[in-house]
Amino acid sequence: MKTMEPESEAELAAILAGAEAPFRVQGGGTRPVGGARDGVPLTTRRLSGITLYEPGALTMVARAGTPLAEIEATLAAEGQRLAFEPMDHRGLLGTSGEPTIGGVFAANVSGPRRIQVGAARDFLLGVRFVDGRGQVIRNGGRVMKNVTGYDLVKLMAGSFGTLGVLTELSFKVLPGAKSAGTVEITGQDDASAITALSRALASPFEVSGAAHLPGGGDGPARTLIRLEGSQGSVAYRAGRLQEALAQFGDLGFDHDGEAVAGIWRDLRDLRRFHGRDGDVWRLSVKPSDAPGIVAALPGSEAIYDWGGGLVWLLVPRGTAPAKIRTPLAETGGHATRIRGEAGGGTFQPLPAPVAALQEGLRRKFDPRGLLNPGLMDGPAQMASD
Amino acid sequence: MDMPPPNPAILARKSELVARLHRALPSDAVISDPAETRVYECDALTAYKCAPMAVVLPGSTQEVAEALRICHEMSVPVVPRGAGTSLAGGALPSADSVILGVARLTEVLETDYENRFIRVQTGRTNLSVTGAVETEGFFYAPDPSSQLACAIAGNIAMNSGGAHCLKYGVTTNNLMGVTMVLMDGTVIELGGAHLDAAGYDLLGLICGSEGQLGVVTEATLRILHKPEGARPVLIGFDSNEVAGHCVSDIIKAGVLPVAIEFMDRPCIRACEAFAGAGYPDCEALLIVEVEGSDAEIDEQLETIIEIARAHDPVELRQSNSAEESARIWLGRKSAFGAMGQINDYMCLDGTIPVSQLPHVLKRIGEMSGEFGLDVANVFHAGDGNMHPLILFDANKPGDLERCEAFGAAILKLCVEVGGCLTGEHGVGIEKRDLMIDQYAPEDLEIQMAVKDVFDPGWLLNPAKVFPLQSSAARRDAAA
Repeated sequence: MKTMEPESEAELAAILAGAEAPFRVQGGGTRPVGGARDGVPLTTRRLSGITLYEPGALTMVARAGTPLAEIEATLAAEGQRLAFEPMDHRGLLGTSGEPTIGGVFAANVSGPRRIQVGAARDFLLGVRFVDGRGQVIRNGGRVMKNVTGYDLVKLMAGSFGTLGVLTELSFKVLPGAKSAGTVEITGQDDASAITALSRALASPFEVSGAAHLPGGGDGPARTLIRLEGSQGSVAYRAGRLQEALAQFGDLGFDHDGEAVAGIWRDLRDLRRFHGRDGDVWRLSVKPSDAPGIVAALPGSEAIYDWGGGLVWLLVPRGTAPAKIRTPLAETGGHATRIRGEAGGGTFQPLPAPVAALQEGLRRKFDPRGLLNPGLMDGPAQMASD
Repeated sequence: MDMPPPNPAILARKSELVARLHRALPSDAVISDPAETRVYECDALTAYKCAPMAVVLPGSTQEVAEALRICHEMSVPVVPRGAGTSLAGGALPSADSVILGVARLTEVLETDYENRFIRVQTGRTNLSVTGAVETEGFFYAPDPSSQLACAIAGNIAMNSGGAHCLKYGVTTNNLMGVTMVLMDGTVIELGGAHLDAAGYDLLGLICGSEGQLGVVTEATLRILHKPEGARPVLIGFDSNEVAGHCVSDIIKAGVLPVAIEFMDRPCIRACEAFAGAGYPDCEALLIVEVEGSDAEIDEQLETIIEIARAHDPVELRQSNSAEESARIWLGRKSAFGAMGQINDYMCLDGTIPVSQLPHVLKRIGEMSGEFGLDVANVFHAGDGNMHPLILFDANKPGDLERCEAFGAAILKLCVEVGGCLTGEHGVGIEKRDLMIDQYAPEDLEIQMAVKDVFDPGWLLNPAKVFPLQSSAARRDAAA
């Protein structure tokens, strides 16, 4: 099927206004969450380019198809970065191509630093998009504080292209860190690791990463706490954390820049799961519930991020969504299948009244059902999985 | 500012409505005596007043649901009210409406330090959320200046900010979950003790929706451990432009202060006369505050001072103690009081890109001459959220109208330079009719379509946020 590649917002609007059959909306196509879907591929990759960058105002505006790499390089030249640290899904999903900034926000992709600074959605300041009727819509702006009208910016973040096709985004950026270090505890079981991470996160020492890699074939469990800032400040806070967490045994401290960056990049991209067979699930839960949820799913392998609030699970291929979600019925939280067979059950089923609101919004934004039909669908379809 | 005329058909249903509310709620939770409903005739935008038909003060989510269900069945508009501190008229009633106040919902439901959240009923004041966790060293970050009085419900409705949002974000960045009642009485839960709720980001959508999508009765809020310490530096400049460049350079240097406050000469003079904080008489003052251990603070302040020196400051005063910090903040914190002593004032809330600061301040100065009204500027410079204070005399005929026209001109300027009408106060009735300056008709139409989904009858706070003309068809259909 021929991929539609509009080169301007106006062209995209015309395509959607005149469309009769559904589209599979994508940016760079590196994060096909939800598996294969029907429809003509429609990519924003030709809507590319940074349109405004004001380092002194910590803001950037870019068209949706702008490669993430271009954005990160431009920011790095000014010592700034996307602080929410978006994950690169290519290694995990076996995809190729260029991740785009539109894709990052459409999927609300955030990495380890989310625990400190917030998610992608927290950094998104403004959007332009074309809705399912072919109308160009603008919401938000390029300033950090804006309560003018409803916040459709947040609504668009994480809506996976089901409400509209993003064409331009403005977002907040932050200064990069002058240095970084990792405080490491080894050999903890999951429960005590999460306790240690909670203690670190409940300290005044501004932890910017809090993860746990359970022990396995390649060595003992590693519990990792990242600190960023000036060298003096990082060393000081590492020392204070080592005191506060002394009961957990000997704590290491690594402040080799390359090594620290490598550990956290590997964690962000789930390198441990690359090339391994099985489905991958992403669970968002109350941190202290995480070890119990993992224990209730024998045969799964976990990586904990966000102090335990984010659990990545590698499970046997074809594991039923209901099985993953059973423990969540008790604890709250939600699960999304990031890698696995196509089909329903990818997204968490919602309680009926919330699902009705979601469905209602979808009908308003895309009355003809053109945008990613089947993705993020209502409860009826999911219940049948 | 017009409000739509009350619907006589609804007014005629008052006694039936009150009787039904009385049957469903405890007797002291329903107020209908005109002498008592007058208490609710306005919020902090006191220029506009209108007593509601009745007031309900439910004591639980279930009672909120009951009250809404009755109003829904009888097609009576409902205006939700937190603590009534809105500067935008967000809680202004209409004569044919019921005020639904959350003042009795003040309980702390759960505190969880391990998972770093607190769950509260939303009538609780902002400051008392921090009050509930500070013995353990924690705080709730958003800190609007009305934090002593304002309720979490209103904070969520308006997505309130504060002085420290450069580092900690605004309400939407600190809100993890809500219990919300829809207009038809349906109770829904969004989010919770986990991050990033499932499905569409409805939590993000309802935050800042000005009580038009539902009534939030409970909220799960992120709490953080307090920093070890915080200290400011005060920097004076002889031009707004240079001060603006200094702000930009501080941000570019990679320091992220917790607050960067900016005051211009009229504001400095007024504060000095009022509080005697010892501010220099200069064109622009910055107060830049950083956090951390003593050594960390010194290190950051050193960087900031070095940057400031390159801009030729006329004054540079680093705080080395809690007393010195308090003195530096004294003038800034009394700015509104100082203005109030001089005259009546109107506080604006537009946001601009930080790079436009010098240009906008210059234009505001020029417009001040054109409108014949004085204006003082005090604002959060790090995030471009301006609070021009226009001075006027409420007893002088025509002054309020002139002040409103001046305010509208400033807000249009904010939009023109790439900013927005309101950074943290909300649209309410105050900026409702300016929305067409920021948004195209289709941008507003899709926002109204969102309300159609949550509140098809347009009964919740119907005459706010959208220009009356834009929302007329929908409101009329409801009536």
